[in-house]
Amino acid sequence: MARMKFLCDADRCIECNACVTACKNENDVPWGMNRRRVVTINDGKPGERSVSMACMHCTDAPCAAVCPVNCFYTTADAVVLHSKDLCIGCGYCFYACPFGAPQYPKVGNFGSRGKMDKCTFCAGGPEADGSQAEYEKYGANRLAEGKLPLCAEMCSTKSLLAGDGEIIAQIYKERVVKRGYGSGAWGWKTAYKETIAT
Amino acid sequence: MANWLAHARFIIGALTLIVIVAVAAPASAQQPSSVNPTASAVNEDQLLQQMKIISGRGSIPDAKSYNLEQPAGRDWREFHQKTLPWIGAVAILAMLALLVLFYLMRGMVKIENGRSGRLIVRFNAFERALHWMTATCFIILAITGLNLTFGKQTLLPLLGPDAFATWSQWGKYAHNYLSFPFTLGVVLMLLLWIANAIPNRLDLEWIKRGGGLVGNDHPPAYKFNAGQKGIYWIVVLGGGAVATSGYFLMFPFYATDIAGMQLAQVVHGSVAVLFVAAMFAHIYIGTIGMEGAFESMAEGTVDENWARQHHSRWLDEQKNKAPSGATPRATPAE
Repeated sequence: MARMKFLCDADRCIECNACVTACKNENDVPWGMNRRRVVTINDGKPGERSVSMACMHCTDAPCAAVCPVNCFYTTADAVVLHSKDLCIGCGYCFYACPFGAPQYPKVGNFGSRGKMDKCTFCAGGPEADGSQAEYEKYGANRLAEGKLPLCAEMCSTKSLLAGDGEIIAQIYKERVVKRGYGSGAWGWKTAYKETIAT
Repeated sequence: MANWLAHARFIIGALTLIVIVAVAAPASAQQPSSVNPTASAVNEDQLLQQMKIISGRGSIPDAKSYNLEQPAGRDWREFHQKTLPWIGAVAILAMLALLVLFYLMRGMVKIENGRSGRLIVRFNAFERALHWMTATCFIILAITGLNLTFGKQTLLPLLGPDAFATWSQWGKYAHNYLSFPFTLGVVLMLLLWIANAIPNRLDLEWIKRGGGLVGNDHPPAYKFNAGQKGIYWIVVLGGGAVATSGYFLMFPFYATDIAGMQLAQVVHGSVAVLFVAAMFAHIYIGTIGMEGAFESMAEGTVDENWARQHHSRWLDEQKNKAPSGATPRATPAE
């Protein structure tokens, strides 16, 4: 089985935010929440850099470790998913997540937290693949259809790569060799405790 | 003169041509550029060394999303998964063991001279209602709170994921809503009993003489002895800390950022488990630990001999307030 990962080639990201929009649209992510976002460091200054970030589907995922009701599970493709039927909206996964991936609708007590929502690597949830119930809770299940996450699929500069970790690492390595530079795979050290040697 | 100018023109022209050719050459060569256009741009390793949170600017309204990475989440995970369960388990189990041991050694502290049959009012209806409202809230808050830290290891295997999630969901609602009456209770307790809870010289003597717990001495005390004052301050300060940190958690990110939220949870969890451990001691001494203690909070009255044994100065005060003949029942404690 593949080990699914995201890789943002930050030297290519042009901060167009199309990945953010594509994700929201494909998964019908509720108003006020974003499973993916683009962060620009040193915006408008020398040394500016944009990185697209969502759930990295960590190895030994911190969210799963701290969840008090064990609502997380890891699929055979190493995608970290969760059950909204079990989630109680405590917010702990957000405190533990290094990437700020978990999102909460403001529907809980005092308008604070409902059931958590996050990037599913376009792989839905525990419901039957492609079912209406799955779509309503978790959005699209493109993986079950043999497709990769839409954010990466439609990235105009192919900065955002999604797929088997070894394959996308290889693509990235080739790019770095060809162009002669690369800022590394952002977040990989934190998420997978490994980097891409370039 | 004109000759010199023509020379100069020729030299400048030639130099310009050389420069143009030199600059244009690598571009036309189509070789991989050794120039990194983003060489001056920030680099992840460097940023991670420099700051706890890598953040920038985003274009969606959610300001929390401008943080790209916060490795500090790992520290919080360590606290939540290891430190807090350890503090909690050690504090609570050690306290329970201590109480069991103490009970086996000392047994129930009896009323030495037996009951006199004369009752004296110790806590009026308002004080008792306040105590039990706060106590009920506390017990539910404690159980639902401990559930979040220890439930996964203990209850989840017994109940199964669905039932445990449902119970935890209701637990969260109860925890959130009962925080309000609990906070009100703590604030009212603070105001109602503070005059009786200020430490004084008598407390030092009480502590020196073992408070009647160690040995069979019965040092004098006013309405509250040093031990009870300790419980009072644990409730007021501990309750204040859990309430304040709790409201930060309940209204997430209204007043603080991710680091503040993590800190609030650390304070809330640590203080809460120690608070629970302390309350076990309070419950012990108020029930099986001491004869005649529970009725003071249940019925509001205590036997005069109990009062003489444990709160002699307070009894004297009450006696002076109600001169001979007056039935103690008719006299309010305050």
